[in-house]
Amino acid sequence: MRLVVNEPKAMRFEVNRAALVDPAILELERRRIFDTCWIYVGHESEVRAPGDFKTRTLCGRPILLCRDSRNEVKVFLNTCRHRGTVVCREPEGNAQRYTCFYHGWTYDRDGQLYAIPGQSAYPPGFDKAQFGLKPPPRVAAYRGFVFLNFDPDAVPLEQYLGGAREYIDIVLEQSPSGQMEVIQGTQEYDIRANWKLLVENSFDDYHLLSTHATWLDYLKNSGVEMKRPQKGEMLPAHGVGKDLGNGHGTTDNINFRGRPVARWIPIYGEAAKPELERIRAELVSRLGEARAKRVADTNRNLLIFPNLVLLDGSSVSVRTFEPLAPDRMRVRAWALGPKEETPAARAIRLDSFLTFYGPGGFATPDDIEALESVQTGLGAYREVPWSIMTRGMAKDGEQLNTDELHLRAFWIRWDELMSRRDKD
Amino acid sequence: MTREQVENFLYEEAALLDAWRLDEWLALLSDDAVYRVPSNDRPDADPKRALFTIADDIRRIRARVTRLKDPGAHAEFPPSRTRRLITNVRILEKKPSGLMVEANFVVYRFRRGEDVRQYVGRYRYHLQVQDKKLKIRSREAVLDRAELGSLGAVSFIL
Repeated sequence: MRLVVNEPKAMRFEVNRAALVDPAILELERRRIFDTCWIYVGHESEVRAPGDFKTRTLCGRPILLCRDSRNEVKVFLNTCRHRGTVVCREPEGNAQRYTCFYHGWTYDRDGQLYAIPGQSAYPPGFDKAQFGLKPPPRVAAYRGFVFLNFDPDAVPLEQYLGGAREYIDIVLEQSPSGQMEVIQGTQEYDIRANWKLLVENSFDDYHLLSTHATWLDYLKNSGVEMKRPQKGEMLPAHGVGKDLGNGHGTTDNINFRGRPVARWIPIYGEAAKPELERIRAELVSRLGEARAKRVADTNRNLLIFPNLVLLDGSSVSVRTFEPLAPDRMRVRAWALGPKEETPAARAIRLDSFLTFYGPGGFATPDDIEALESVQTGLGAYREVPWSIMTRGMAKDGEQLNTDELHLRAFWIRWDELMSRRDKD
Repeated sequence: MTREQVENFLYEEAALLDAWRLDEWLALLSDDAVYRVPSNDRPDADPKRALFTIADDIRRIRARVTRLKDPGAHAEFPPSRTRRLITNVRILEKKPSGLMVEANFVVYRFRRGEDVRQYVGRYRYHLQVQDKKLKIRSREAVLDRAELGSLGAVSFIL
């Protein structure tokens, strides 16, 4: 069955809604997408000192993200080599060693098997060195963002990220040292919808006016200046949508909504002005006027295929999500900020985050409602099988952020991977 | 102020919220009130240093109410039906600036076509006495779940 119809000459681009509903498709996605792509694990700043750890479940696997005895970031499969118990059962902390409580096998911070009770009962050939915690087949980091890949033959991470690196770099330029950190406090919630609907939603600017009318009203009522859209555009500021290759894509638009780095809006309050001016001045002195404008006055919603999103708008959010069922996903989101940010700037950043993002924000709950309403509507997928995604298709050259080029790029890559044969 | 008076106040507040009488609810707040829901994994954090689910000052509380009364607040249109049970009310401290109060809550939330969602946790209140009446200076809803998970969004006033 064709799931993605892409016929540029006929100006057709349609997605079969079965792709958002069918359990067999999800099973195939687990093998062909999630087991072959680079998947975001976490950020280096989430573990800081030797022995620090976080545990999370990724692609159905229990994962341990930690610092070893030399303070290197490591990723292990959190499963005892003896019988399979998770060796670390806490969500976060610091460990001298990881002890599996079931039979007492103990691993050190480097993942080596350190001690087993009653070792003399094992046959003579038993070699402790062979039974350390196993890492996933591939682990790599790009500028603090740690990824894993379950495919040992995957292309290197930097090559995989390709055109998306430029956009990650812009986000990181908010920091004088180029280092951003994940701020404590995790937003972890489910959406009763297929995970790919959140891919679309995360960088679809077409929905902003209708879905987020009350958020736009909130900005207006708070004294934020909203220009009338230019001819042919829908939003107060110009923006484009970009296909960055390998399924990655982004919106790239002029800011109108305020940014902690560094565009003041009345919502931040008068007291925040000097701090934002100071941040702005640091940017200009470090990067020059033009690049400072790029960092401070433009937003981007960047998708790293398949399930990592960097939202660089009202604040910076790292958002990742994975399917629990065809019609259910688990979302995890964090705020990201410059490592050397002052307490005052950090407070502005966190407050600005909540004007839009997250399960209690003024916009994200309506996105969740939209995706859940789509999923309900997809109950009629047999009778109404196709979703349309042709905005901007007839245009040469620049595609607006309210067009759908970048959404199509995701689906084209998804379709390519789903059409490949499995290796075994 | 006795515990009974505090309980009566909290019950009245719960009744207003369950009835979506949000303007009357706003009248229970002081002019510098805050409303907070910490991230589930940082229940005791400071919103200046940690990401919260909700960290509203009085301006944003009022904006939240304006938004919730608008049919364009899609997450709450039609509005959830909620029923709050508030128990174990304790006055922890009496200060010149008011009362520090904790209470347990279960908020049952019903949305069309869905099973009930149960928000379980405790409230932390800082209540002021103004003209012999209680006012809410600070109101924090701390959820017991390790993550929001199937509770989804906190789009209503918890």
